Amino acid sequence: MIDNEQVEILLNDVLENHGYDFLEYSPASIKRRIIRLYGLDNFVSFAEFRYAVRTDKQYFKRFLEEITVNVTEMFRDPSFYKSLRNDVLPVLGTYPFIRIWVAGCSTGEEAYSLAIVLKELNLLHKALIYATDINPSVLEKAKKGIFPLTYLKQYSENYLQSGGLKDFSAYYTANYSLAKFDESLSNKMIFSTHNLVSDHSFNEFQLILCRNVLIYFDKGLQHKVFNLFDSSIEKLGYLALGSKESLEFWPKAREYKRVKMEKIWRKL
Amino acid sequence: MAQTINSASCEALIIGGSAGSLDVLLEIFPALKSDIRFPIILVVHRKPSNESLLTDLLKSRTSMDVGEANEKEFLTPGKVFIVPADYHMLIEEDRSISLDYSEKVNYSRPSIDVTFQSAAEVFKEKLVCILLSGSNSDGVEGLKCVNSFGGRAVIQNPGTAIMPYMPQQAVLNVKPHIILDSRDMAEYINKLND
Repeated sequence: MIDNEQVEILLNDVLENHGYDFLEYSPASIKRRIIRLYGLDNFVSFAEFRYAVRTDKQYFKRFLEEITVNVTEMFRDPSFYKSLRNDVLPVLGTYPFIRIWVAGCSTGEEAYSLAIVLKELNLLHKALIYATDINPSVLEKAKKGIFPLTYLKQYSENYLQSGGLKDFSAYYTANYSLAKFDESLSNKMIFSTHNLVSDHSFNEFQLILCRNVLIYFDKGLQHKVFNLFDSSIEKLGYLALGSKESLEFWPKAREYKRVKMEKIWRKL
Repeated sequence: MAQTINSASCEALIIGGSAGSLDVLLEIFPALKSDIRFPIILVVHRKPSNESLLTDLLKSRTSMDVGEANEKEFLTPGKVFIVPADYHMLIEEDRSISLDYSEKVNYSRPSIDVTFQSAAEVFKEKLVCILLSGSNSDGVEGLKCVNSFGGRAVIQNPGTAIMPYMPQQAVLNVKPHIILDSRDMAEYINKLND
């Protein structure tokens, strides 16, 4: 078993050799991810594991993909998407151009969900979705917009519950076990790597969506990321978080107003 | 050795349950003392859409403070923390809560194993974990881990469980501190307070 001290050694190696800083991630979560990967890949000793992470570029790619959580869903929390559809996006529709940042987009399911809602509100043509993640390999998947067909039943139910207006299958082409989403959606997305820990603000947005990313960060890092978002949101823009995340303890939270019961805040 | 460990005070109680466990919880909570001095954490398998149902049901049956666990919240004595549907819950060294949306474990999120294992390391011999009724084997590995850190593994008597499979698996694979009928659970918990 890997102990706390070994976790620290490993994370310091990762920072020194690869430039990725996981030292401010929630300790229990990151430790569990590391132990899980160690077990999955059948390492016989910590030394061997450490050596692979430090020196093997190919293995580090896997390490990065596996210790970050890449579980996501289309129209996750339907009531959240209902509120985006009814309360947030119509307001942004009054702007000549809509810039949205999906931070920590993983394999892209939330970006595609958002594009579908924009399309149904007739706003997609003047919108641009910047979808970023720390992890280049998940972005490759996101670009393709291909998701396992087995999940589509759930996504379709979520979509309908969120107030979706169409037959969900109109948005994808099924091919054997895969569903490829329409390119009219991905044409409005820009995919790029971005590390919330170390990279800076790169544009101003009217909406930033960052859901179930901050739960993996410690409080100090959460506040740093809120500051980064704050410097990237226009006045009267929106910040949307995961169902269990909150701005509550961030000192600048009073400059934001909650939108109804959802985890959406508007910058005043 | 076992005896000295078993008499350690309780700093956290975690109850894990799946199908058939709600009845037991509804039997336990009205009978608990109002001055419980440790946090109680509930990991219950359920559909994400029934999110507030469990919280509301328990609130109406106890004077204890009951709420869904929030991330970074500290485990405080006398409060009941319900692990939110569709998240795993871990406990940090500083006894704060981390939520995690990673892969399901034993087809479950929240997984009982995840919380038992995480808490075992933090609370060691001062942890008590109870596994209730259910029809999969989530919680069994977690109880093993609790034992290995000196905590107490308590299992519902499968004969009193609506779905006996889960406690049965635990009885077969884990050395229990005690096996309890559902009607004796509340008294056992109240005694942890002494």
